[in-house]
Amino acid sequence: MSSKFEVKELNLFFGEFQALYNINLQFSEREVFALIGPSGCGKSTFLKTLNRMNDLVLNCKITGDVLLDGKDIFSAIDVNVLRKSVGMVFQKPNPFAMSIYENIAFGPKTHGVSKKAELDEIVEMSLSAAALWDEVKDRLKKSALDLSGGQQQRLCVARSLAVNPEVLLMDEPTSALDPLSTLKIEELICNLKTKYTIIIVTHNMQQAARVSDKTAFFLLGQLIEADLTDKIFSSPKDKRTEDYITGRFG
Amino acid sequence: MNRYKLIRFGVWAAAFMSAATLFIIIFYILVNGVPHLTPDLFSWRYTSENVSMTPAIINTAVMTVLSLLVSVPLGLFTAIYLVEYSRASRFLTFIRLAVQTLAGIPSIVYGLFGLIFFVTFLSWGFSILSGALTLAIMVLPVIIRTGEEALIAVPVSYREGSFALGATRLRTVFRVVIPAAVPGIMAGIILAIGRIAGETAALIYTAGTVAKTITGVTSSGRTLAVHMYVLSSEGFNTDQAAATAVVLLVLVAGMNALSLYIAKKAVSYEQ
Ligand SMILES: Nc1ncnc2c1ncn2[C@@H]1O[C@H](COP(=O)(O)OP(=O)(O)O)[C@@H](O)[C@H]1O
Ligand SMILES: [Mg+2]
Repeated sequence: MSSKFEVKELNLFFGEFQALYNINLQFSEREVFALIGPSGCGKSTFLKTLNRMNDLVLNCKITGDVLLDGKDIFSAIDVNVLRKSVGMVFQKPNPFAMSIYENIAFGPKTHGVSKKAELDEIVEMSLSAAALWDEVKDRLKKSALDLSGGQQQRLCVARSLAVNPEVLLMDEPTSALDPLSTLKIEELICNLKTKYTIIIVTHNMQQAARVSDKTAFFLLGQLIEADLTDKIFSSPKDKRTEDYITGRFG
Repeated sequence: MNRYKLIRFGVWAAAFMSAATLFIIIFYILVNGVPHLTPDLFSWRYTSENVSMTPAIINTAVMTVLSLLVSVPLGLFTAIYLVEYSRASRFLTFIRLAVQTLAGIPSIVYGLFGLIFFVTFLSWGFSILSGALTLAIMVLPVIIRTGEEALIAVPVSYREGSFALGATRLRTVFRVVIPAAVPGIMAGIILAIGRIAGETAALIYTAGTVAKTITGVTSSGRTLAVHMYVLSSEGFNTDQAAATAVVLLVLVAGMNALSLYIAKKAVSYEQ
């Protein structure tokens, strides 16, 4: 399998504080990669590096290389083109205060799609891909804020898909959802895997085991180990990974 | 528990007094004004016999629109800069300090500034233009402060969501953040309209007290509030002044209702 994302010797600082230490990781196409680890170990920070959301943090400094299809994301790709290729779904659903339709159309419009027919098609395709179309097709003009939390999160997935990304970053996408909505998102992830590279942060071991092909365990800003999910969960190499997975960890 | 009862009574009494005061004022204005609301007062032309307020109503509308035309864009862009673009710096502290200072200045001082700068220095004379620009400066802090608050109230997650789709900051601000901030922004504009419609001190030395309908932005004219002030200070037409107060009250209340209605329409997306 070819490598989609390649992270080499990544160090990240917030001012004096070092949040990530010498991370080396590769993500292949069409795989689900789970990032696990205790709170504050740098999972979100790492994820936000991949679409350069850390640029928004004033005192954030990064060393090392991150390559998307072999191209350096910090120098060889325009940041907005990068973010088009690398979508992100956040921990808390964050639909805009607009209609369902406009939420989805916002991204394509950002990148130059203006024909109504084309937008209509993108909206339907994205919502269908996020398994939301049937629930909202009769109220596309209604506010997205009236949807339930689970629907809002699927809307956010659809919104990311609408700009035709290659990679999807998900930061604990189900932590704010009820079990049923969580199940729907997990099903969604398994379906989307056929087209996209998905990197998902999760607090939930079972979730990582259910949806991911590979898993990486982070601890205090360091990557402890990364391997096939089956291996990580059945025979972790590092004692700390084992402790965490078996719940012997804070 | 007696102390608890006492506090409860105190709170209730305070609320009652505030409501009662407002009620008494409105009642007083209506009782004194309504009987004197004669058709004469709404004649198209002002004469010293009919002391018509129609010209003043038209002047007020023009004055309000002109002031807002200047202050709303200027104030909103300042607020947008402060919230969305600036980073903590001395310049920023300076702007905030300037805005706060402007907000605390009594309106007569704005009037005197308008007199010196617009009326005399720019030789615009007593005119709607001088008055409107003076008022624009006066309400600028209101627009900036409420605009800032409205923008700050928009969740950071909206901005993140937009950036994460590859939108520029410009697009994020104008297509995602500002539409979500419309209710707060409208509230600020309503406040500004209220201050413009109710202002007298800043206008007497800038727009003058001519009782006729203005014919252009360079003609002098009095707004409704100034009209009322002149009538009551002259002492001949206190009844008519009270009647004018009724109209002013209704107009301001009507404008507020209208603005609220617009704000509601604009944000039917919000919950
Ligand atoms: N903007 C920031 N400024 C300073 N420190 C930060 C910032 N964001 C995160 N951190 C710190 O970086 C570390 C990793 O945070 P995060 O990536 O959010 O952890 P996780 O997602 O694994 O819970 C934490 O110690 C956190 O306090
Ligand atoms: Mg996190």
